[in-house]
Amino acid sequence: MDWTVWLEWAIKALVLVFTLLIGFGYLTYYERRFLALLQSRLGPNRAGPQGLMQWMADAVKLIFKEELTPAKAYKLVFFLAPVITMVPSIVIAAVIPWGPSVNLFGRDITQSVANINVGVLYLMSIASIAVYGIVLAGWSSNNKYAMMGGLRSSAQMISYELTLGLSMVMVILLGNSMSLVEIVEAQRNGWFILFQPVGAIIFWIATVAEVNRHPFDMPEAEQEIVAGYHTEYSGMKFALFFMAEYQKMIVVSAILATLFLGGYLGPGVDSFPWLGPLYMFIKIFILLGIMIWVRASWPRIRYDRLMALGWKILLPLALAVVFITAVGILLAQEVNPWLMWLTPILSLFAGWIATLMVDRTIRRKNYA
Amino acid sequence: MLKELGRGLLTTFKMVIDGPVTTQYPEEKREVRPRFRGRHVLKRYENGLEKCIGCSLCAAACPADAIFVEASENSDEERFSPGERYASTYEINMLRCIFCGFCEDACPTEAIVLGDNYELSFTDRHDAIYTKDTLLEAVPSPEMTTPQTVEPGVYTRSVPEMKDPQD
Repeated sequence: MDWTVWLEWAIKALVLVFTLLIGFGYLTYYERRFLALLQSRLGPNRAGPQGLMQWMADAVKLIFKEELTPAKAYKLVFFLAPVITMVPSIVIAAVIPWGPSVNLFGRDITQSVANINVGVLYLMSIASIAVYGIVLAGWSSNNKYAMMGGLRSSAQMISYELTLGLSMVMVILLGNSMSLVEIVEAQRNGWFILFQPVGAIIFWIATVAEVNRHPFDMPEAEQEIVAGYHTEYSGMKFALFFMAEYQKMIVVSAILATLFLGGYLGPGVDSFPWLGPLYMFIKIFILLGIMIWVRASWPRIRYDRLMALGWKILLPLALAVVFITAVGILLAQEVNPWLMWLTPILSLFAGWIATLMVDRTIRRKNYA
Repeated sequence: MLKELGRGLLTTFKMVIDGPVTTQYPEEKREVRPRFRGRHVLKRYENGLEKCIGCSLCAAACPADAIFVEASENSDEERFSPGERYASTYEINMLRCIFCGFCEDACPTEAIVLGDNYELSFTDRHDAIYTKDTLLEAVPSPEMTTPQTVEPGVYTRSVPEMKDPQD
């Protein structure tokens, strides 16, 4: 293999890692400022112009903080857990295509670190690894709150991973491929959110639960279990958990944009390939904004209801919608292409029935 | 369910449209209310004489025992305030003061007034004792500094003619 290929990979990986790290810094800033606006406040605006250097101040503070290791913690695992959480959150971004391939120095360069033909499977498998770090952190801290947080987190992530997988199946059916680049290219005729709106919503709910964000931030429910799995962590180890959480936010938004919102596609992206990352950025920015908006608006749902929602509502709904998608594609191929539009109509109907069922359950008087 | 969730989102989004209510404190300050009770000021008459006559009624009224007054004799050659006496020492311990305004109520000459300065800070307990120099109002012009030399027999009345307070 040519050495320039290695060089290309190394440069692309470095760029991706640094983009994610800087993105993490500015995501915390974005979240704090936007959350403040949603709460009639201003948010941090002192460090640097409009507070743009706030993340640097936070980083310096976290680096210089004293690191405590509980005396009865399992030291090795306690040390490794943040790393195990952190690494997948960066590695998972490797398969996401950030734009069409560009011609640089006489060679075609794809704007993704690795364009593998089973990209969706890769996403699923790496997303599941992250839960190990959280469980190990909870267990090795030797603290009952941390343990509870870790257990909750693992139960929640495993439950919602099924739904996540099923909504990815819809995309695989629609795109007729597992490669993320081909899935994006298949959306030239229309974003998959148009064909499968319910799938996109299910996917979004499942990813919010995957990254432990509001309203599904059970593992970190302060009122119940202190800070959950990272109760005993401080200083840079805590910062790693923090980074992992925010990078996962960025990455799942990128995945959602890729799978349902046309990825890097947008007007003029074919003639100017560098617009691809810009479109991705805009889509990710809006999706992150929605996550923050939801955080400011909705209360955290109770743990048993979270599990009930995952197993009793979302999973059957996702199964039904996968079936509807498959039927819609089959009908479109065999009978008439216009029958493709049966998919969104029928799945919206299924989603409506699901919300009705949730409504009925909530309104039941003796529902504890 | 969807309606309620949407209403929650709308409520928070309305806050974005309404804009933040924050006052950026050190740069922009809010006007205080007319009856705000801030740091005390010792007032002067228009001719520069001090209103305080050293009667210690404020010290007697003070529930926190924060005020200490020591009076001395006036003379027509060295006149600080109308009447017989003036306050040669006037100290308020700002660590004790509870800003109740009783001193203001007790004062027979309206000499002590709670102003609108609320930015009191000190790094030392001794700095917390505000002396007469800090509390006394600045003179309108340099020739009005106390003590003044005045004609004898003019300033015999220590308590001025009072009107009903206008707020």
